[in-house]
Amino acid sequence: MANFDQELDATGLNCPLPILRAKKALATLTTGQVLRVVSTDPGSVKDFDAFAKQTGNTLVESRQEAGKYLFLIKKNA
Amino acid sequence: MADKKMSIITTKGTLDWAYPPFILASTAAALGYETNIFFTFYGLQLLRKNLNLKISPLGNPAMPMPMGMHNWFPVLGTALPGMEAIMTAMMKSKMKSKGVASVEDLRSMCIESDVKMVGCQMTIDLFDWNPKDFIDGVELGGAATYLAASGGADITLFI
Repeated sequence: MANFDQELDATGLNCPLPILRAKKALATLTTGQVLRVVSTDPGSVKDFDAFAKQTGNTLVESRQEAGKYLFLIKKNA
Repeated sequence: MADKKMSIITTKGTLDWAYPPFILASTAAALGYETNIFFTFYGLQLLRKNLNLKISPLGNPAMPMPMGMHNWFPVLGTALPGMEAIMTAMMKSKMKSKGVASVEDLRSMCIESDVKMVGCQMTIDLFDWNPKDFIDGVELGGAATYLAASGGADITLFI
């Protein structure tokens, strides 16, 4: 698994909270840093894909593990 | 980052109608949209300091009810005293158990993300409402204000 600089636990949160919390967390990171998000919301898979496309950040990884959804988002300025 | 604009007119003030504008606006702001919401008529209820939003089964034929009741429960029954209060309580409790954010939280997130909130002056005058009952940070304006803020918006929604 790739390295990450900060982890956001979004388990138990439903749309739109995972995205909103991720946005807040990313604001505290510097360019190039990676945020790891753990979510239990199945809708968040497509949401994070859209979020990355829309904000220009890179969705490094998106996968499912043991009923949870894991995302690695790299901040691009 | 594209400088897209989203504009929402909110006209309803019940619990079920409160979610779409606040969820869409907060998410759009998170995605970098310049977002503004114009609250008119019953939509202004969503700007009150003390939110006491209700949901009514009456006139809501698509509203699911527990135990398959929506299949046979007579419409007249939904008009009985106490039904609105019961339905509202059940809906709020279901939302809490499923981890859905409260309307207050979503509204705060909108304000935090610089979503512009404009209240319809005419509606306030019409119903003799006190501007002090509404949260801070709301600009009051009219139809022209809404149009000026929303011209060129990429997404325009009437909720």
